[in-house]
Amino acid sequence: MTGVPMSYGLILGGILFVLGLAGLLMRRNLLFILISIEIMLNGAGVAFVAAGSRWMQPDGQIMFLFILAAAAGEVSVGLALLLRFYRQQQTLDADAASEMRN
Amino acid sequence: MLSLLWLVPAIPFASALALAVVRFPRRVVAWIAVCSIAASSIVSLIVAFSFLHTPPAGNAYTQVLWTWLNVGGFHPEIALYLDPLSLIMMVVVAFVSFLIHLYSTEFMIGDDGYARFFAYMNLFVASMLTLLLANNLLLLYLGWESVGLCSYLLIGFWYRDPENGRAGRKAFIVTRVGDTAMVIGLFLLFHDLGTLNIQELMQRASQHWAVGSGVAAAAAFLLLGGAVGKSAQLPLQTWLPDAMAGPTPVSALIHAATMVTAGVYLIARTHVLYSLAPSAQFAVAVVGAATLLIAGFSALTQWDLKRVLAYSTISQIGYMFLALGVGAWPAAIFHFMTHAFFKALLFLAGGIVIKALDDEHNIFRMGGLRTQLPVAFWTFLIAGCSLAGLPLITAGAFSKDWIVWGAGSAANGSMGLWAVALAGILLTSLYTFRMIFLVFFGEEHSQVVKKPGMAMIIPCVVLAFLSIVGGYMRGPFGRFLELALPWNASAAGGGHVSEMATETAAGLVFLLGLMLAYVLFLRKKPSTALLTATAVGGALHRFWFSDWAMDWFYDRLFVRPVVWIANIDKGDFVDGIYIGIGSLNEITWRVLRRTESGKLRWYAAGITIGSIVFVAVVLFL
Repeated sequence: MTGVPMSYGLILGGILFVLGLAGLLMRRNLLFILISIEIMLNGAGVAFVAAGSRWMQPDGQIMFLFILAAAAGEVSVGLALLLRFYRQQQTLDADAASEMRN
Repeated sequence: MLSLLWLVPAIPFASALALAVVRFPRRVVAWIAVCSIAASSIVSLIVAFSFLHTPPAGNAYTQVLWTWLNVGGFHPEIALYLDPLSLIMMVVVAFVSFLIHLYSTEFMIGDDGYARFFAYMNLFVASMLTLLLANNLLLLYLGWESVGLCSYLLIGFWYRDPENGRAGRKAFIVTRVGDTAMVIGLFLLFHDLGTLNIQELMQRASQHWAVGSGVAAAAAFLLLGGAVGKSAQLPLQTWLPDAMAGPTPVSALIHAATMVTAGVYLIARTHVLYSLAPSAQFAVAVVGAATLLIAGFSALTQWDLKRVLAYSTISQIGYMFLALGVGAWPAAIFHFMTHAFFKALLFLAGGIVIKALDDEHNIFRMGGLRTQLPVAFWTFLIAGCSLAGLPLITAGAFSKDWIVWGAGSAANGSMGLWAVALAGILLTSLYTFRMIFLVFFGEEHSQVVKKPGMAMIIPCVVLAFLSIVGGYMRGPFGRFLELALPWNASAAGGGHVSEMATETAAGLVFLLGLMLAYVLFLRKKPSTALLTATAVGGALHRFWFSDWAMDWFYDRLFVRPVVWIANIDKGDFVDGIYIGIGSLNEITWRVLRRTESGKLRWYAAGITIGSIVFVAVVLFL
């Protein structure tokens, strides 16, 4: 099965990961930070799937399922925290939560 | 039955451990503490009887428990050595300790540190028995330092008063001066003779060293240094009067009956060494003679009951040193025994008086207690007569007359030492009856608030009995001790004075002191006030009261220069290193504190940069 070369998949995964990281570092809105983390997770997942298809092994796809599960859990907890945060601070600005400095 | 010997120090040690680790109620604490010492003294009596019944070969029994360490030909053992000398010391120490423990159960009853007190006391008894039974000098030194530690802990027992802590530190540091000399002596002995086992050491010393050789004298003088520190003799006696800051049973047990005689034991144990070094042995006699006079004069001027007794202890140990120095070895050990009885009793009866008057130490504020505290009065009187040497009846007279006679006629005795010893009896008699007259006779000054109970009375009565009959044991005692210590007065020196003349003279001097005390302190004439009112009398009184200004002298000679140098040297470079480390930490903290911004995205960036650096390091290095 000669499909897409592995390098394509890895490049796509790398681009997704860097995009997510850039969003994580630049965005101040907590909701977008959460979305960025999701993008980073998916970038890593793409890399796993690409590697799995290169060596003809199911491991890559199994790892992607694990990542999906972890991401689902992370999102549910993250959203709950986000709601509590909004209740308390009346904003979603991550920099507003800098009370524990120094 | 001799193999039970190890139990003698082991039982008190085990109970000290138990009392230190587990929290018991007061009643249980008292039971454990007293029963352990009782068991220990019963075992010591069993061992003593089986020793007397079937004497082991060579009149000595060694029990090797295990090898302590084994390094390069140096293999000291944890081993116990029992011969007539250590046997007598062991039995006396165990028995007197038992009586004093019994007394303490009532004396200390209201104290917060009840269990702590008995843990220290039991540890002390275990250490003292280890010291006495050790078969090598290293184990002896272990016991030696342990009793010093217990002494320190118990002097500063009421630690809330800084003055008590100061007295404890003083005792520890001053005895440490002597201990340092002693440990150098041990190094010297091991270096030259290759063993620390006492019996082998004595054997090799007499084979390798001629009489009067320099090395033998050096070793003997260094050991004497240790003995002088522990036994509070002339240059290092200043710690003992201050040590009276501890509870009275402690003063009775540690600072009168047992620990302070460890120096006497050390010299008697190594007597072969002193026979090889006549100069050192003469020094022992001179130290003893000088100490007994100096401490006697100091005792005359004190107003604190316990300090009078402390100076009297120093003076009596001076007698023991004198006996050792002139070569009357058994006399020193006999005086140790009688002194343990009557001096412990003086402290215990004195403790009853102090307790009864609500912690009053000043003998000038006591008086007329004869009728209110009859037990304390009679036992104190018996012990005082024994201390002063009431002829023919009391134990102290027998032992002290033996020493005085030895000072005149033993191998190294001389008429000068004989005269000093007699003068000491005059002083002893004078200060003892001054104390008795001021405390128990005359008019009443203060009210008795507490009567002693049975636990305090019984030890006093038993010790009073021993203070009298102890003296009649002199004959068998001497014969028994001759198996371990040489004593041949008739053969040596020709005998300057006969025993009869000495005893008569001692009796007369005793009476002279008694009458002088009666005239000065009991008859209602202000003769003492007149004496101290004159310029010379006042100056002498102050001089003697301050113990011949020794504390003042040491303060100027040692303490102040050291404090001065320490003040100058406050900011030396060693300090600089440690202060530098401290400020480096502080600077780093100030810099790193900035990174704790509390901003989530900065943390994420930190993690990212850290991961990149980590991956780069792994890939490219």
